[in-house]
Amino acid sequence: MSLLTLDNVTLRFGGLTAVNRLSMTVDEGEVFALVGPNGAGKSTVFNLISRFYTPVEGRITFDGTDLLRLAPDEVPSLGIARTFQNIELFDQATVLDNLLVGRHRHRRTTLVEQMLHLPSVRREERAHREAVEEVIDFLDLQPYRNKRIAGLPYGVRKVVEMGRALASKPRLLLLDEPASGLSVEETQNMRWWIDDIRRQMGITVLMVEHDMGLVSKVCDRVLALADGAKLAEGTPQEVQNHPAVIEAYLGTGDAA
Amino acid sequence: MRIQFKTSYDHDIRLFKDGWQAFLYIALLALMVVLPWLIDDFFLGEATNVLIWATCGLGLMLLTGQTGQVSLGHSAFMAMGCYACVLLMEAGVPFILAFPLGGVITGLVGALIAIPALKLHGVYLAIATLALAILTDDLIVMLEPWTGGVAGKFAPAIEVFGLEINRWSSPAAWYYMALIVVLVVTLFYRNLLRAPMGRAFAAVRDSEISAQAMGVNIARTKTIAFGISAGITGLGGALMGLFAEVFNNETFTFIISIQLLMMIVVGGLGFIHGAFLGAIVIAFLPQVLSIATDSLGSTVAIPGLETGVFGLIMILFILFEPMGLYGRWLKIRTFLELFPFARKDMFRRQKSYLKTERLR
Repeated sequence: MSLLTLDNVTLRFGGLTAVNRLSMTVDEGEVFALVGPNGAGKSTVFNLISRFYTPVEGRITFDGTDLLRLAPDEVPSLGIARTFQNIELFDQATVLDNLLVGRHRHRRTTLVEQMLHLPSVRREERAHREAVEEVIDFLDLQPYRNKRIAGLPYGVRKVVEMGRALASKPRLLLLDEPASGLSVEETQNMRWWIDDIRRQMGITVLMVEHDMGLVSKVCDRVLALADGAKLAEGTPQEVQNHPAVIEAYLGTGDAA
Repeated sequence: MRIQFKTSYDHDIRLFKDGWQAFLYIALLALMVVLPWLIDDFFLGEATNVLIWATCGLGLMLLTGQTGQVSLGHSAFMAMGCYACVLLMEAGVPFILAFPLGGVITGLVGALIAIPALKLHGVYLAIATLALAILTDDLIVMLEPWTGGVAGKFAPAIEVFGLEINRWSSPAAWYYMALIVVLVVTLFYRNLLRAPMGRAFAAVRDSEISAQAMGVNIARTKTIAFGISAGITGLGGALMGLFAEVFNNETFTFIISIQLLMMIVVGGLGFIHGAFLGAIVIAFLPQVLSIATDSLGSTVAIPGLETGVFGLIMILFILFEPMGLYGRWLKIRTFLELFPFARKDMFRRQKSYLKTERLR
């Protein structure tokens, strides 16, 4: 069953067509990757789904809900969480607080209750912390639990950002280049985590990734983009061997 | 260094980390309670002044330190809180109701003002709020029938449950009143910080885009922060006006806003302690300066000395200790706790990674 559907979506910035009549569907329970050369419009697709951009035409639906009717801050309430290519954490807050912001959509108490710290707030806080602790356990973040983001190494930040998205208990997780800038070992960890996210947590994953090694290991389906348009779609092997994809990355043999 | 052994989530939620920390704060509170027996009436008045400034500072700290929105217009909210409280008292509302009501009114007005103002960012927001402060100064003059204009207003007598609180006849009662107000405000402040709303404030401060991606409504969060901030500062302003006994437009000029901002920067942005430390500096600086000039044999006051020195302190702090007095204390404490293992660059500011994907 398709969870996320993009139907004929086009986005233009002035004269530049960033996304050109793109249609794609992500099915529940799969790991789906967007690949393509720099500037192909992969992150733009993420920003369309997060509603930071509004397409000039086309429809985006999530589990039957029209996403284009929602404001960016209403998207997470459907169960869509994301990470950013260049890490957008709350630098002056601790890892724990960052993860707790991921629980924002699950809060039920009002401002006045929170100011007075009524028992309802305490109960809810415990529940949030329990949920966050599961994520900390899952991603091995215990050593950094109470550290501020500002002092953490890049690789850890990358994991914390994924943890923050996981803490919101999403149905669809958008990972923007989860392995960029990571060491071989960290990439290996990322691979297992993505596998577990799908298998144990039952979360559908849509990711943008350049590392074809990682993509071919974790993804069920891959969609290749170039200049905002779909080049090829299929299993990792199919896409990697597709003539149009090879051309987009390497150019044609004729030109040489 | 004390190692904490956490056995339940409540360890992270409750107000004090451990028994030792709780003991230190209770000891501080006990000292505050017995203070009227330890110092004379003059210094008790100064202590009251510190608490009043701290209340105003906590209001601005919530907005600037926690939510990252700079305001140079908080003198307007001090004025609003003060006039609202006094006008209510003159209409026959007892002080115990008029005072919180003044804060609530100021908070609501602050939230209303925030809706257009918070579309602006950084320095533009600062300028817009500065305009608000200057405008309020003029408004007080123009609304003479209610505000008394330039001639000002006399604060009505404060009566709480039949007990008259007057700064000359009962300075201790005044001090306790300010202490209770600042304690309640601090408790609310702390409660917010350990709840989803406080984390949303920090999220908006550090990265609006990912706050949004986590479901934080930016406009709403900023408006709430502005409203609560204005409300708290309004309470502080009401105390300040009542403590001064006579107040007019001059009591709440935009200079006060700037002093308030300097105060929280010098104290330490983003820390509750910062508001208190800054308040001590700002309240005692004039005394220290006058003692200093006296001892130098100067009999006439040097115009602009106070603002000049405060400006100098501010510049020095921004250059050498951007985390303020409380930040300095944290460094000293870490050094002592880890002695001799503290490293010199433990607190060095990390350059943040390039943020090219910013949408704004």
